[in-house]
Amino acid sequence: MKGMTVIVKTISSWVKVLIFLFGINIVLFGHLTPGGGFAGGVILASSYVLLMLAFGREFAEKNLSLTAASRLDCVGALMFAAVALVGLFYGAASFFWNFIHQQYLADKATEFKLVSAGIIPLCNIAIGLKVGASLFLVILLLSAYRINVSTNKKE
Amino acid sequence: MSDIPLVLPAFVCIPLVAAFLLPIFGSFGRKGRAAATALANLATISLLVMSIASINQFSVYNVGKWSIPLGINMVLDGLTGLFLITVNLVSSAAMLFSVRYMEQYTAKPKYLSLFMLMVAGMNGVVLTGDLFNLFVFLEIASIASYALVGFGCEDEQLEASFKYMVLGEVGSMFVLLAIGLVYGVTGALNMAYISKAVQNNSANVVLNFALALFIAGFGLKAALVPFHSWLPDAHSSAPAPISAMLSGVLIKVLGVYALVRTIFSIFGISSTVGNLLVVLGVVNMIAGAFLAIGQGDLKRLLAYSSISQVGYVFLGIGLGGTLLAAKTDSVWASLAILGGLFHLLNHAVSKSLLFLTSGSVEMSTGTRQLNQLGGLAEKLPLTRAACAIASASIVGIPPFGGFWSKLILVIAAIGAGVYWAAALIVAVSVCTLIMYLKVHRYVFLGELPESQRQIKENRGSMAVAMICLACLCVLIGLVFLVPSLRAEVLEPAAKVLSDGVRYADKIIEISKDMLVCAD
Amino acid sequence: MLYALCFLLFVIGLYCAVVKKNMVKIVVGLAVMEYAVNLFLIMLGYRTNGTAPIVDRTYYDFSTHQVTDVFLNSAVDPLPQALVLTSIVIGLGCLALMISICIRTYEKYGTFDITQIRKLKG
Repeated sequence: MKGMTVIVKTISSWVKVLIFLFGINIVLFGHLTPGGGFAGGVILASSYVLLMLAFGREFAEKNLSLTAASRLDCVGALMFAAVALVGLFYGAASFFWNFIHQQYLADKATEFKLVSAGIIPLCNIAIGLKVGASLFLVILLLSAYRINVSTNKKE
Repeated sequence: MSDIPLVLPAFVCIPLVAAFLLPIFGSFGRKGRAAATALANLATISLLVMSIASINQFSVYNVGKWSIPLGINMVLDGLTGLFLITVNLVSSAAMLFSVRYMEQYTAKPKYLSLFMLMVAGMNGVVLTGDLFNLFVFLEIASIASYALVGFGCEDEQLEASFKYMVLGEVGSMFVLLAIGLVYGVTGALNMAYISKAVQNNSANVVLNFALALFIAGFGLKAALVPFHSWLPDAHSSAPAPISAMLSGVLIKVLGVYALVRTIFSIFGISSTVGNLLVVLGVVNMIAGAFLAIGQGDLKRLLAYSSISQVGYVFLGIGLGGTLLAAKTDSVWASLAILGGLFHLLNHAVSKSLLFLTSGSVEMSTGTRQLNQLGGLAEKLPLTRAACAIASASIVGIPPFGGFWSKLILVIAAIGAGVYWAAALIVAVSVCTLIMYLKVHRYVFLGELPESQRQIKENRGSMAVAMICLACLCVLIGLVFLVPSLRAEVLEPAAKVLSDGVRYADKIIEISKDMLVCAD
Repeated sequence: MLYALCFLLFVIGLYCAVVKKNMVKIVVGLAVMEYAVNLFLIMLGYRTNGTAPIVDRTYYDFSTHQVTDVFLNSAVDPLPQALVLTSIVIGLGCLALMISICIRTYEKYGTFDITQIRKLKG
């Protein structure tokens, strides 16, 4: 997939940073405003898709290669599992227990602030990372097909 | 054994963590791939050990310490224990088999990670106590299996995978619509609370429509007869260990377990539904047996035989359900249910062994068509022995496991006065005998074709997996005959079904003792 | 009344998935079915003249650390919204898998027509 004209390339190299930043905002404030991990992850992936559309597929692949995206994907899922498992070993244990909120924050008045609601922002970050990496992988791989129709069709 | 505190989420957490660690290992080259395979085998064997430790226990686990109805709980009772053993047994054998078998394909770490996701999904389906959580785990297992069926990316595998995927998604959409309807009427998603609310307004039209949608959706996953057309293509085109998993456990966990849990524990069995299950079971048995005899492809014949054997399970459970709903003769009812569930366990072990042996034949000779095979008895002696044991078990020849389960079903049918069912069971067993004699005559006896004088027996992990499952086929009759094993494994499962909606009382009782809120 | 329209959309999607012969149209039919069920789930939680179930400072009583009764009586049910979020993610994964199978099948068979993709018979 080749890139587009000079106008598109210039503007998109400014805009993709803004989109990425907006995605990070949606992920981080997921416990206060609508959005959260999945929606923010889709926006993060779409900034990379803009890069791919404007500059061509090879440029996007050099920017974030297939193995790097696959590893980021797995790291995101493992981070989510780690946050859930720490609740198992911490104090009055249970899987997925909101240990940060119950141990440290339950007495303080933390409504509407960024640091509140315990493990929920950490889970949002992990999911945002995972969804962004996997959607980018999916679109990169689907756009890699050069369709060579095999010769023994219609038998 | 009864005071090991069981951490129920580990059954789901271990395969999920393994599924995401394996691609990282696999991207490091040959040593990484060997480490990934070893890790995957370690994960399945540890799950098997944990599920054996959880026989005959009852525990409820509130995830995140949120008590129901605010949170999701995981429930381990008798039915769950039986299914956990089945799933983890077959998956550890299939994983051991695929160490050597999947060397023919590339991208082995992706296969291992998808396999782990499927195991995690199936464990989650049997362990959860919340209806929407069941749907989520059902989808995880289904999507992993769609990808695994088309794994080799040959022509036939892609076609089979597409057909399976379309029909499977239609079934899942029916289930989701039914869950939405149930939530709209009752306002709860936890199985215990839904059960309480359904008992209070049982003649509601919307709830009956939701029950019909559940039967259609889960029946599609279990390959009941109007919806069975995906099964022969998918099970014959998949790689052999995946065929073993699909036919041995996936149709049973996603189809039979989910349907039985919904009908018996949530909605409560009624005679209409019981008769419907009996009719569906009978049609499955007959259609599967007759369609299998004329097949020319080895794995397609085994797939149609699967449809027939699932019919036995539905016949047993439906018969028990009708007797329970009529509130008479509860001895024969629980015997029929016990026969159905024991037949499910037997069929899981034997059919997966049969698919593994067919994979061994295919790997050695390169073909699956019955008229191109022949005379493999001297070349593949281990495969032949395993295939003989497994087919004897499915047909129902005395010392093997399948005989006992069919005997229980026949005795329960005669005791309840349903004589035509007993005659039908015996007749379809004779048909099953004919089709497996055909398999043996074409594959192992007869002349060895010219092109196959050079093949050798398969050794290594494939042999180990086949020997383990074959020994289990012989010994599994003991689960019924030894009274202590029967009382620990089979009877709690049958008791859960005959208790029916008292499941909800037990769960609500236990959760009142737990803390009200996360603390 | 609106629920009936949801069912109509579901049935249209089911018809498309069952009757059409082009693989991509079957995939579109399945996607329409999925969105119909999601729409039905969201509409279950609706309350007449309801507001979005997001707490901000006007609905929160800082002295007792509780949300106000005005909020509890006017917010729509947020539980179906959580269910639909999960369902959308599942649908996305499924759609990606189906499209990639369609592309690979076109590579092997040369056509999207399912009546000509019939190597497995019987």
